[in-house]
Amino acid sequence: MELIRPGTRIDFIGYRKYAYVFSGVLIAIGLISIFFWRGLNLGIDFSGGLEMQVAFKKSVQTAELRKALATLGFQDARIQSITSANTQGNEYLIRMQKVQSSPKENESTKIQNVLFSTFGKDKVDIRRAEVVGGEVSKDLQNKGFLACLYACIGIIAFIWWRFEFSFSIGAILSLVHDITLTVGIFSLTGKEISLTVIAALLALLGYSLNDTIVVFDRIRENMKKQSGSYDLASLMSDSVSQTLSRTILTSMTVFIVVLCLYLMGGDVIHGFAFAMLIGVLTGTYSSIYIAAPFVLIFHKEKK
Amino acid sequence: METFKMKGILILVVLVIGLLFAIPSLIGDAELPQGWIGPKSKVSLGLDLKGGIHMVLRVESAKAVEGRIGVIAGDIKPQMITARIRYSKVVFVQPDKLAVQVRSQEDYDALSKLMGDSYPYMIEVDKKSEEGLMTITYQIKAEEAQKIKDQADEQALEVIRNRINGLGISETSTIPERDGRIVVQIPGLTDPEKAKKIIGKTAALEFKLVDDEHPVEKALAGDVPEGDYVAYMKDGRQPILLRQQAVLNGSMIDDARVSIKATYNEPYVSISFNSDGARIFEQVTRENVGKKLAILLDGKVYSAPVIRDAIAGGKAMIEGRFTDEEARDLALVLRAGALPAPVDILEERTVGPSLGRDSIRMGVHAAFVGGLLVIVFMVIYYRWSGSLADFALIWNMIIIIGVMAILGAVLTLPGIAGMGLTIGIAVDANILVFERIREELRFGRTSKMAIEAGFKNAFSAIFDANITTLIAALVLFQFGTGPVKGFAVTLSVGILATLFTCLVLSRWIMEWFVNNRKIERISI
Repeated sequence: MELIRPGTRIDFIGYRKYAYVFSGVLIAIGLISIFFWRGLNLGIDFSGGLEMQVAFKKSVQTAELRKALATLGFQDARIQSITSANTQGNEYLIRMQKVQSSPKENESTKIQNVLFSTFGKDKVDIRRAEVVGGEVSKDLQNKGFLACLYACIGIIAFIWWRFEFSFSIGAILSLVHDITLTVGIFSLTGKEISLTVIAALLALLGYSLNDTIVVFDRIRENMKKQSGSYDLASLMSDSVSQTLSRTILTSMTVFIVVLCLYLMGGDVIHGFAFAMLIGVLTGTYSSIYIAAPFVLIFHKEKK
Repeated sequence: METFKMKGILILVVLVIGLLFAIPSLIGDAELPQGWIGPKSKVSLGLDLKGGIHMVLRVESAKAVEGRIGVIAGDIKPQMITARIRYSKVVFVQPDKLAVQVRSQEDYDALSKLMGDSYPYMIEVDKKSEEGLMTITYQIKAEEAQKIKDQADEQALEVIRNRINGLGISETSTIPERDGRIVVQIPGLTDPEKAKKIIGKTAALEFKLVDDEHPVEKALAGDVPEGDYVAYMKDGRQPILLRQQAVLNGSMIDDARVSIKATYNEPYVSISFNSDGARIFEQVTRENVGKKLAILLDGKVYSAPVIRDAIAGGKAMIEGRFTDEEARDLALVLRAGALPAPVDILEERTVGPSLGRDSIRMGVHAAFVGGLLVIVFMVIYYRWSGSLADFALIWNMIIIIGVMAILGAVLTLPGIAGMGLTIGIAVDANILVFERIREELRFGRTSKMAIEAGFKNAFSAIFDANITTLIAALVLFQFGTGPVKGFAVTLSVGILATLFTCLVLSRWIMEWFVNNRKIERISI
């Protein structure tokens, strides 16, 4: 079986201007959304606060829950109904910003006690309770930023060693492209960015790189075969075309796996899978249209 | 041909080791067969999968420094009296200073000598003269303050560890981190509130004499006798006038047990002192027969019985209308010792057992379905070679589990996601090789040559791509926390397993088929 007929050649590099415009517009929309419009929905890992997931073994309305929480003075708590396969709509997510947590003055304890007394202890199942203090959330932000920074440095150094510096630039720019696009979509859709989503962004980084390097590898190989002067742009189009079959096959299989995680993995893994779904699409697109053209730009300037 | 055979044997050894270590985890809850001599340890599940509580605590060690200065403020007065220094005031200045007011230059000289002898780590930072009074401010030396903080951190870690071990739950962990932080993990705990209570209780036990000579009402009005202060009973309402100086404290406790009073069937905690404590207790009780001795826990008075007789043998009891559980928890924290400073919870994550079960079920289910679809896809697209890739993929998973068991790594939900990504990466490696082989076949090469060239040409792409991903994964492992770490572990192990199963295992099998079965055209 063959998806792409052997010998197919598409002048990908020739289309790069369109790709720049396309990506540029998408990224601009994303950035505008992040900074001026919808912002980012940071989870408690990064904003600090409380999050509790509670399932009831009887029918409970949002209003009842809100009333129970109001007795504690937690009027500003956000209550969100969760629908998953096995809870029949009686599962809720309670969220609060800014908590004062200490062993004596503990919000999650208070909420648990109020729920027990209002709805009956045997009817309440505290499925998850998370409290993150401001100090820890700041720490996590810093750590996440540092992790990305160090990962980028490591990647640049490795690609520089194995390829050329212009390839490092191409790879990093296509990563920045993917991450910005994905975060932009998170902003537009208002989906929460939690620690697991950051893990997904980093996985996406790994996946996109994987894809990019396979294309680079082919370019490197074809460059070695050349003698004398040659047209790098056309060589790149050849290389991308030669690896196209593999690029599409791999993206398809990874997409299948991630789609299964997204549809069936449960809500804990939902954000992760969503980021990966977008990531596989942008990663594939960027390794075809973004990475190689940028190598071309910086390669030319060097000469 | 000999090296080919040797390679085969080495591959077999790796596979067998991987399988042996993976078996205990793969069989789930089932018992290992009788006479199993292989490894028995399983990949342990993270708290997000089996349920439990994860907490990051911070010891407020600065409070321990304040505590020390408070003690000096109390101790210095009798010393000044003995040294005939005329002082008018001793004030504790937050957070690390002490101000002493004396009458004259001679008093100041004597005080300087006293401070130098008794508290060499307190240095004079300010001296003011006003209306015949001199106010001298002392500050604790930075290195001494640091020493106290470090000691407090260390002691708090020890105390918390003891308390958690006292809960009698297996596989708990208490790990110190920088800045006096402590990460506590307790798996499978059904009542996280209890853990929080037990961890958070300072449990500072003190014995103080009650001042019966002055009425408490006057003290409440503001006329507190020298060396006294007003404390409250456990109920928080009834005031009681106590001497500031504690005659005994919890550090001299040897043991604490729950006992039941026969008359009221009410539980109380009986404590026994160590030899020093017993000696002091006997001396204090002998000298103060007829007076009241208050028993304080974390600053609250639990009871203040009248001393009828000198008490020898070093035993005392704490009453306070406890429930059975309260008494048990109190005995536990007293045995474990007092925290040298209060403890803050910076982060708390509790996963109920029901959510953990659901997560495992759904995560495994999703990964399984995804994997199955990929397996089917590979067979349809690459026929015989596709099924070979599937074979390698299954071994890939077995090796990951085996290596995780060897490393003692923890499998978390993001970890399962990492294994899912590994499926993608492993399939990608195979696709790279197969596409190359197809290309070579199209050039008219024989199967044998095409396989050799295919693996050779795909090698650099697979190697470079995987190593870059591995770099990212290792950085994640180093700097990530919690869920990120779990993901990084399985991804790193997965990449290495992929390199092995694709570049070594698949290749060897393909070559073996072409060489031994004299296959003219491989199905790819």
